[in-house]
Amino acid sequence: MTVQEVEQGRYRSPFYPRQAELDRLFQWHDWKGYATADGFYDTDLEYFSIRNSTGVFDLTPMTKYRITGPDSLAFINRLVTRDMSKIKPGRVAYAVWCDDQGQVIDDGTIFHLKKGEYRLCSQERHMAWLRMSAIGMDVTIVDETMDVCGLAVQGPTSFSILKTMGLDGIENLRPFGLTHFDFQGAELMVSRTGFTGDLGYEIWITNDKAIELWDALFDAGKNYGIMAMGTDALEHSRIEAGFIAAYIDFLPADATVRSGRSRSPLELGLEWLVDFKKPNFNGRRALAEEKRSGSTWRLVKLDIEGNKPAHHSYIYANPKTKKEVGFITSAAWSPVCKQNIALGTVRVPHGNVGEKLFVEIYYQREMHWSRVMAEATVVDKPFWDPPRKRATPPGPF
Amino acid sequence: MKTYDAIVVGAGHNGLTNAAYLAKSGLDVLCLEKNDYIGGATVSRNLYKDWYYSNCSYVCSLLRPEIFRDLDLARHGLQVTPYGGGTVFMENGDYLGNYPNAEVHYREYARFSKADADAYERYSADTMRQCRFIRDFLLRTPPDPTSFKPKDLRELAHLGAKFYEMGEQRMYDTIRFWTMSVAEYLDEYFETDVIKAALSGSGIIGTALGIHSPGTAYVLLHHYMGDVDGNMGAWGYARGGMGSVAKAICSAFQSYGGELRTDAGVEQITVSNKKVTGVALTTGEEIKAPIVVSAMDVKRTFLKCMDKNDLDEDFYRRVKNFKIRGSSGKLNIALDGLPTFPALPKGSPLLDGDMHFIDSMERMERAYDDWKEGTWSKDPYVDMVIPTVCDPTMAPPGKHFMSCFVQYCPAQVEGRDWTDEERDQFGQTVIDQISEYSPDFKDLILHCEVRTPREIENEAGLTEGNIFHGELTMDQLMFNRPIPGYAQYRGPVGGLYMCGSSNHPGGGVMAAPGCNAAREILTDLKRPDITPVNFGDD
Ligand SMILES: Cc1cc2nc3c(=O)[nH]c(=O)nc-3n(C[C@H](O)[C@H](O)[C@H](O)COP(=O)(O)OP(=O)(O)OC[C@H]3O[C@@H](n4cnc5c(N)ncnc54)[C@H](O)[C@@H]3O)c2cc1C
Repeated sequence: MTVQEVEQGRYRSPFYPRQAELDRLFQWHDWKGYATADGFYDTDLEYFSIRNSTGVFDLTPMTKYRITGPDSLAFINRLVTRDMSKIKPGRVAYAVWCDDQGQVIDDGTIFHLKKGEYRLCSQERHMAWLRMSAIGMDVTIVDETMDVCGLAVQGPTSFSILKTMGLDGIENLRPFGLTHFDFQGAELMVSRTGFTGDLGYEIWITNDKAIELWDALFDAGKNYGIMAMGTDALEHSRIEAGFIAAYIDFLPADATVRSGRSRSPLELGLEWLVDFKKPNFNGRRALAEEKRSGSTWRLVKLDIEGNKPAHHSYIYANPKTKKEVGFITSAAWSPVCKQNIALGTVRVPHGNVGEKLFVEIYYQREMHWSRVMAEATVVDKPFWDPPRKRATPPGPF
Repeated sequence: MKTYDAIVVGAGHNGLTNAAYLAKSGLDVLCLEKNDYIGGATVSRNLYKDWYYSNCSYVCSLLRPEIFRDLDLARHGLQVTPYGGGTVFMENGDYLGNYPNAEVHYREYARFSKADADAYERYSADTMRQCRFIRDFLLRTPPDPTSFKPKDLRELAHLGAKFYEMGEQRMYDTIRFWTMSVAEYLDEYFETDVIKAALSGSGIIGTALGIHSPGTAYVLLHHYMGDVDGNMGAWGYARGGMGSVAKAICSAFQSYGGELRTDAGVEQITVSNKKVTGVALTTGEEIKAPIVVSAMDVKRTFLKCMDKNDLDEDFYRRVKNFKIRGSSGKLNIALDGLPTFPALPKGSPLLDGDMHFIDSMERMERAYDDWKEGTWSKDPYVDMVIPTVCDPTMAPPGKHFMSCFVQYCPAQVEGRDWTDEERDQFGQTVIDQISEYSPDFKDLILHCEVRTPREIENEAGLTEGNIFHGELTMDQLMFNRPIPGYAQYRGPVGGLYMCGSSNHPGGGVMAAPGCNAAREILTDLKRPDITPVNFGDD
């Protein structure tokens, strides 16, 4: 028997040939084994494409599971904390799933493709957990990460571009809706979802049509400021949207070593995703208990004075005593909000909306370090939340 | 009849900023604008089909980020997107590119001279040092050097401290820098003519001086001291055109309860017993307020909208002699498609940047010679941009808006008023120059708005069409702006204030004069200072 040794280098996305043509920076990193670009030409301009025209991000490395079978709904509903029976075919749900202690394993999006047929998309891999959760149920779970590729098409002109591409009826697609189109004989799945907090879509197809899809998209976008973008631009926009990221703002519970380092959905500001009224789901008992007795941590969105991003700062309740009540997990200067923004985690009872906290910011200018103590106000709304994100049909720009 | 707490005359971006801060502080504020639209020189008008122009100012960098944030202009709809790069087309078919990426920039300069490519780094550091120095004063009221008030002494001490902080050698450099010509300044770094020509443009934009005139090095600074999100010296496009800046500030003003009236030109600022009493409109209507803030330029304010008898002789004379010579024109063009520039490689990022068509210092100076002769430059310095390569909102998909800023264009032609034919000839001069480098350009023109200083004065209200409300020379800067003794936004009669670009720190879409004036007014009213402080140490 001859064994083909597994691939040693990074995988290339099926879109890679086109990305390589655009790439001027040669800055790539690893995302679950795939080569993923930090940026292609200029990360600032790429970021602005999301807010001003359209940025295209390669989603291919996302972990994707297809979940089918008579028990698929029951299975998913037991897995995640929100009530999936409310998510009809043609709808997408953001969801989290927890271990027995009610600690978040991961977050992801669940696409109800057709009746009883789902796709679960997440950053991390979860086959072991899913299989375990499926014991005794009639479901089939297939890892299709390597078979399906996807592009996030995000920004104010994204609707115009998809319309120009010939996706008739796309104007009726509401936020968190999904629909299918025929694309050169293949099935193109389009959802109005994204990680940028702006008007935007995600489009998915089998790998063999990747290049055709890319070309059709960029051709349709040439008069609408379409631009490929890398992870740096996306990261900036997701902080503005107030979205959390695994390994940055929380750790997958099953991967933490030290106790107290994982978080429950309640602690991540995701209480709206936890439905105690639905049938039993994993982690329910622990979460109900936490709700009764109170959480330890709370994730906060902070609006910070000045313009120096508060990377890695401690959060204090009192700038004089400097008693630490938490720390910053994501920080950025937001060009569109013109705000100094951050996500952080603080100890309860701190973190009520409107509370004034303080962050100690270290910044470097020409080798020397300086620090400022800046006031940080807890806010509840996403920093960036334009009306066009919700408008149906969306405007042309 | 209703009495307001304050009336602001002129809904340009400075008037609106001033009005916004006064209203935010809780005052009952009325802002009056003579046109039926707001914005003054920060305006986007729809003159042709679905096109929106940036009729006067067209790029944004100076707007104080502290004000942008403090007035929450993002939530009021303002978005500024940076753009990169630029080109100087050369007569010999070559071009000089200006690339945002530092290494690519180096390579391009090295194509002409390795020494110049290296020198660019030193040039940038030296220029940035001057920028950091001046930036600190943008949101501060200039001290009065003749006053012994604690506040003035404190501000003077601050100025001195900042100056000493630079170190001995740099202090000499600074003093030289403030008085030298842009040509001399560039000679200290570069040997290549086209490189100097490319960089010298910023020294003369909006200025009735040539590249060899003393004082133009400072003007260059005025174009470098801004930033887009902390990238100093970078410029950006306001989404939807520059009118979005005024619209957002106006929306903030109105959200604080402020009242705007357009189509309400002020005929006169009324005074009684050396105190303002309000304004009289051109319609004869009178409106009362104990505070009147003029956002008009200093000449228009005092020579056109006040009774000479309310002003002292020496003051009046100084206002009359304030230098506000018009030197710039503008073409706004609707295009049926993107013009091609065969000198540039296909797909070049330079196509997204600004474009210029003068490749030597000699041609730069000759352009000024025409102005001195009392006519427009026959081979002008044009700063051309096509914002729609980036902004999807200003023209239909695939169509474009081109903005051409033109230097030099006099306020009068050989001492007479402009005629319409001359205006059109001026426009043609610019179109012809661009066509030399873009053969298909002329055929793509659908509509063209040509603006000489005459149009700029008549429509936006800038005396002689001077884009900065007065020249940016040492004798008219800091505590000398607009005139010595009146640099702290207070006019010569009680209750009268000035908040337009004639005041420190000068013209450009900066919002600083409007904000600084608000601070002084609130101080006089003994109300808390709600204006923002400098972010510091950028
Ligand atoms: C062609 C051109 C291009 C420019 N390009 C740029 C650029 O790209 N970037 C940049 O930063 N700056 C640029 N500038 C400079 C900048 O636009 C101006 O310095 C700035 O907009 C001035 O703002 P302001 O609020 O002080 O005054 P203005 O904008 O002049 O506002 C004054 C207002 O007062 C009104 N007014 C006048 N008289 C009366 C009256 N009697 N009654 C009532 N209202 C009255 C006017 O209509 C106007 O709305 C440019 C200027 C011009 C003209």
